[in-house]
Amino acid sequence: MTDQPTETGLKEWLLSDTPQSVAQARCQRLYLAWLSFSANPIAMLGLAIIVVLVGMAAAAPVLTGGDGTEQALANRLQPPSVAHWFGTDELGRDIYDRIVWGARITLYIVGLVAIIVVPIGLLVGTVAGYVGGWVDIILMRVTDIFLAFPRLILALAFVAVLGPGLENAVLAIALTTWSPFARISRAETLTIRNAEHILAARVQGASTARIIVHHVTPLCLSSVIVRLTLDMAGIILVAAGLGFLGLGAQPPLPEWGAMISTGRQYMLDQWWVATIPGLAILIVSMGFNLLGDGLRDVLDPRSGGTS
Amino acid sequence: MSQDTANAKTTIEAAGRISRSALPSRLFAITKHGFSILLTFVGLTAITFIIGRVMPADPVLAIVGDRASNEVYEAMRLQLGLDKPLIQQYLIYLSNILQGDFGTSIMTTRPVLDDIIRFFPATLELATIATIFGVFLGIPMGVLAAVNQGRLIDHVIRIIGLFGYSVPIFWLGMVALLIFYAGLGWLPGPGRIAVYYDGIVEARSGIILLDSALQGEWEIFWNALHHLVLPASMLATFALAYIARMTRSFMLDQLNQEYILTARVKGLSEGAVIWRHAFRNVLVQLITIIGLTYASLLEGSVLTETIFAWPGIGQYITTSLFNADMNAVIGGTVVVGICFVGVNVLSDILYRIVDPRSHD
Repeated sequence: MTDQPTETGLKEWLLSDTPQSVAQARCQRLYLAWLSFSANPIAMLGLAIIVVLVGMAAAAPVLTGGDGTEQALANRLQPPSVAHWFGTDELGRDIYDRIVWGARITLYIVGLVAIIVVPIGLLVGTVAGYVGGWVDIILMRVTDIFLAFPRLILALAFVAVLGPGLENAVLAIALTTWSPFARISRAETLTIRNAEHILAARVQGASTARIIVHHVTPLCLSSVIVRLTLDMAGIILVAAGLGFLGLGAQPPLPEWGAMISTGRQYMLDQWWVATIPGLAILIVSMGFNLLGDGLRDVLDPRSGGTS
Repeated sequence: MSQDTANAKTTIEAAGRISRSALPSRLFAITKHGFSILLTFVGLTAITFIIGRVMPADPVLAIVGDRASNEVYEAMRLQLGLDKPLIQQYLIYLSNILQGDFGTSIMTTRPVLDDIIRFFPATLELATIATIFGVFLGIPMGVLAAVNQGRLIDHVIRIIGLFGYSVPIFWLGMVALLIFYAGLGWLPGPGRIAVYYDGIVEARSGIILLDSALQGEWEIFWNALHHLVLPASMLATFALAYIARMTRSFMLDQLNQEYILTARVKGLSEGAVIWRHAFRNVLVQLITIIGLTYASLLEGSVLTETIFAWPGIGQYITTSLFNADMNAVIGGTVVVGICFVGVNVLSDILYRIVDPRSHD
């Protein structure tokens, strides 16, 4: 009962037509975006999947009995049961444990790739778009070359030289992922570079660097975030593919793609060893795709629903 | 996926812009286009040069392997011109590529280009059949979704499309083999053709379907076709998802135009409005999309080939990779990259020829 008044008060504060402060206006925008986002059941399903993934990764020590690498050879290749929900693999390791710990690796990969590619893409795109001229031509040519290159093959070649391993896989994926972000931020920058608030900042004597960082970049962010969410699925699939080929995370790390690879030889008789990690990859990348679709409808109304 | 979407849209917009301008500027645009293709090629070779020659600690060792004798090592060092400046090394590398010289593979001891010519037809065959699957299933699905926008069927097709984007293709291939080969026995297992048919058909084009049909070996043709069904369907899941999504998007754009309203007001049947009016315009736009799909399948077949023991370029690259056969890896990468760019350029040109708006 005591919660009731504050809740309506909060709602009024969030929906009032005359926000009293910048903070309130920001909260209102977020709240309205959330309202339209949460009205979309498909997007909410995506969000739920990602929340579960993050929760699993965070609570891995609580959810499992070990760290997913303890071997119990007496228990090898057990079918799913009450003791081992998803069965055990060829070294007797509990597959449920490995899936839960694998969530950390998946998040580590997509997180690290995002941290690398978003700043690079934003920097290249906003500088090219805002400065223009030769800088634009050169930067965009380089971007186009990376865009034109087939992604998995390029990542394969990079890993071939750098050597297999989780960090190298991340680096290879990042090198093949940044270019669309540069394209998107450039396109956004071109539409706003002559906007009045940018001109106002310039007239006030703000430096080019300051305008790019404080005035242009924030306006590129929403498109970049949508793109990033949709790209997450692709990143997960490439990482899993590299893991499957033995070029990503190395044993005994419970990387899902590598787990499918080892399960492959037991596919005919012990289907669960390879099938369960594959389902995990499918569900998570589906989650990112659903979330990205929903975010696009909310953050990027121009393309809302039609593409 | 949506990267390609964006690319396709810009290509289409670019084509539209050019069509409206006068002839001299069109010539200029063609020159500019050719120049940018050239630049892409230079960039592509520069990247592979950096990967193959600059990044490895010892590129000679990466090429000859650690079991090579000192003479072989020294000979390769001189052949690569590692004593010369980097830019000169790159120019040598570039002129070698232009002459079709990708070096020798240590795994097969043959020139890399010969290997690629031998392995490539299998990939071409697989990607072509997969694209055909994708086109014939994806386009009707996209049209159906657009016509029923917001209804149940639209959502179902959207979910199917998202599945195609999200599923790890190598895993899907394994599950499909487990069900249709091991479980039900409806389809043959991995490989291009049954072992007992091996070597009967003379490899002229290297595409078994074509070779066997030309030589009248219909039994082998059917066998090869059966072997193609599973791997091609796996590859097609992505093609289908992408084509369906783009068809739906293009179709919705058209259905909201006024000429559609006019056609409806005239009293045309819904079928005629959709297929004769809206879809014709969509079909032209889809050329670019189909080209993009085809190019990405040529590349995307790497994992499918691994699962289905398909002796294509993807498998060639991965097996070379595990044998530390750098010449083969880099050579394969360059060739796939060239195909990728080439198909995209080709579909772009085709689009300009077919689109009546570019003839004015």
